[in-house]
Amino acid sequence: MSALVKLVNVSKRYADAAALHPTNLSIEHGKTTVLIGPSGCGKSTLLRLIIRLIQPDSGSIMFEGEPITPDNIDMLRRRIGYVIQEGGLFPHLTARSNVVLMARYVGRSQEEMQPRLQELCDLTRFSENLLSRYPVELSGGERQRVSLMRALMLSPELLLLDEPLGALDPLVRASLQKDLKEIFARLQETVVFVTHDLAEAIYFGDEIVLMNEGRVIQKGAVTDLRDNPADPFVSEFINAQRGLVSL
Amino acid sequence: MNRISKAGTEQKGESGNQESRNRNSRIPFLLVSRLPDFLLIFSCLPIFLIHSASAAPVVIGSKKFTESYVIGEIAKRALTDAGLPVEHRQGMGGTIILWQALRGGQIDAYPEYTGTIVREILKSDRPLSLNEIRDSLAKSGVGITEPLGFNNTYALVMRRSEAQRLGVRTISDLQKYPELKIGLTHEFLDRQDGWQPLRQRYTLPQQNVIGIDHALGYSALANGSINIKDAYSTDAKIEQNNLVVLEDDLQFFPKYEAVFLFRLSMPTDAIAVLRRLQGTLDEQRMIRLNAEAERTKNYTRAADSYFEHHAGSASAVGESFSHKLARWTLRHLQLAGFSLLLSVIFGIPLGIVASRGGPVGQGILGFASIVQTIPSLALLALLVPLPFFGISVRTAIAALFLYGLLPIVRNTASGLQDIPRSLRESAIALGLSPMTRLWEIYLPMASRSILSGIKTSAVINIGTATLAALIGAGGLGEPILSGLNLNDHVTILEGAIPAAVLALLVQWFFDLLDRVLIPKGLRL
Repeated sequence: MSALVKLVNVSKRYADAAALHPTNLSIEHGKTTVLIGPSGCGKSTLLRLIIRLIQPDSGSIMFEGEPITPDNIDMLRRRIGYVIQEGGLFPHLTARSNVVLMARYVGRSQEEMQPRLQELCDLTRFSENLLSRYPVELSGGERQRVSLMRALMLSPELLLLDEPLGALDPLVRASLQKDLKEIFARLQETVVFVTHDLAEAIYFGDEIVLMNEGRVIQKGAVTDLRDNPADPFVSEFINAQRGLVSL
Repeated sequence: MNRISKAGTEQKGESGNQESRNRNSRIPFLLVSRLPDFLLIFSCLPIFLIHSASAAPVVIGSKKFTESYVIGEIAKRALTDAGLPVEHRQGMGGTIILWQALRGGQIDAYPEYTGTIVREILKSDRPLSLNEIRDSLAKSGVGITEPLGFNNTYALVMRRSEAQRLGVRTISDLQKYPELKIGLTHEFLDRQDGWQPLRQRYTLPQQNVIGIDHALGYSALANGSINIKDAYSTDAKIEQNNLVVLEDDLQFFPKYEAVFLFRLSMPTDAIAVLRRLQGTLDEQRMIRLNAEAERTKNYTRAADSYFEHHAGSASAVGESFSHKLARWTLRHLQLAGFSLLLSVIFGIPLGIVASRGGPVGQGILGFASIVQTIPSLALLALLVPLPFFGISVRTAIAALFLYGLLPIVRNTASGLQDIPRSLRESAIALGLSPMTRLWEIYLPMASRSILSGIKTSAVINIGTATLAALIGAGGLGEPILSGLNLNDHVTILEGAIPAAVLALLVQWFFDLLDRVLIPKGLRL
């Protein structure tokens, strides 16, 4: 199994503290990797480093064996989908315009875009009637579906999801979780999913990366983490969340 | 503006007034540059003679320039109203042709000027009284009316606002202001009865005297490059440019009072009609009629307006209020509109740069803020001494532009800065180029803030533009300033109320514009 994304010695400091200590990590092809950990553990930082919203202080990040640089990042971004917690939809554009924004930018014609748009509506269970609505006219769950469609529009090889369900109420969240799982299964794509919720991590993750205080503590299947914790923190984290889940 | 200056050129070309003071001749002589017309018409005289014998209608002649046309049309209308058949032969040429036609009976009457009668027709070297003129003309079978009421002679003019401010009413008053700049037509400068003797007679102290083309002189006067110029006292431009004629209190200039010359054999009822026009046309009114004729290119209509205004004589003097208001408002909108356009063109890019922060951004916002703190009067005063600016419309627009800058720069910057980081990052993460992000995402998202900045600028500009009148740039500030000078509240309100209404309309217009320019998704 080859790595689609590989971090070699990547670190990031903010003014007062290390957000990410030098870290090595491989994101495997076709798998869903979940980054999990408490707030401020560096999981979002790691995601933002990959899409290069922030620059690493050291180390390099490879995409298909090629280092990501400021020069090639714009081309690479077209091969990466990115969804954030609040959706990140542009309020002045309709759902449709948001979804096709990038396709239009790279010069796709209306005829090319339309079938893909229908396909994505099917995939994300989003009603085509709602495409002409503006973000403020959509519910939180609908907005996340649009955001997902936008990320998937150019058929990216990598999908980065930064707590995509974090702002949704539990019922919506549950139904979207189910849909997302199906989507991942159908697409067979490489997904990196950031969450702080262990149940969600277990539900989605082929591979779970547990982080704390800017370091990767342990990487593996959830059973590995439960049965062979690399650190007392691993057990602590799992037990705390398991307690809540079992309630 | 273009149209007016073109009309001015035409008038200059056609004007018998100007020709009558041709630099080649000390004695006004109308025909020097009209020799071909002159010969043509002379050669036709015998034919006219035969025709006139059977001509029943009263025939009015006129010289070939606006004022003569208009007076001819007034006579025609007056005679028509009196039930007499009448014909108006317009623009027959100059003095000699008209005089000969009158004596020969091809025409029965035409408007003439006393100075011209004395010098050209009677060939007298000394001024003659009206009675002396009447006696001399009678020998040729020609009668003369009393003056119509205006004296079309050389005159010195200055901007009304400035004359009011300085309290200058007569040419003698100029002795108190040696610093005034005088621009004269080259002809007037050179004439032996022009500037030099005038200066001696009035002991004028002004040293700054330049020669300038007649039409250009009006522009120079308007933008303040000169304070005083020469003109013909009933020139339409005097009214159009809101100038005043300085009273020739020492009677330096010869009298050119308009009268009608008529054949003594003309029917007495026709003579009576012409006499009714005596004393009804003062300079103000003649200026206005000339202006109207030039503006509309319709002498009949100008003449008709003589009758309309004559009925209600109270409103007869000066430009109508609605016309003035339109002129002020138009100029006001030009000042505010053009400066706003500049503010937008420069303000938005500066705002974009300022939104990125750093020393440059801080510098831009700081500069715009400092400009805003300078009192507008002081800003004008600071700009006037600069070489490119001076007393001109340019200066007013530059000042308004600077005032309009801050709201646009600041609102553009804050509108862009207020875009949530998550949305900026979403745009970046999608892979859009910086230019596309700016145009398609950031600017539309900041549009409400930017537009509200533009709206603020527009309203400020409408208000501040009233100060433009201080430097002769016109607009609704003109009546406000004159009103302040005259301590006349009505005049102040004539400018202040329209300015306020204009500000409201602009506000309303931009509210409408919001609905067009702000994307729908941001208005829900």
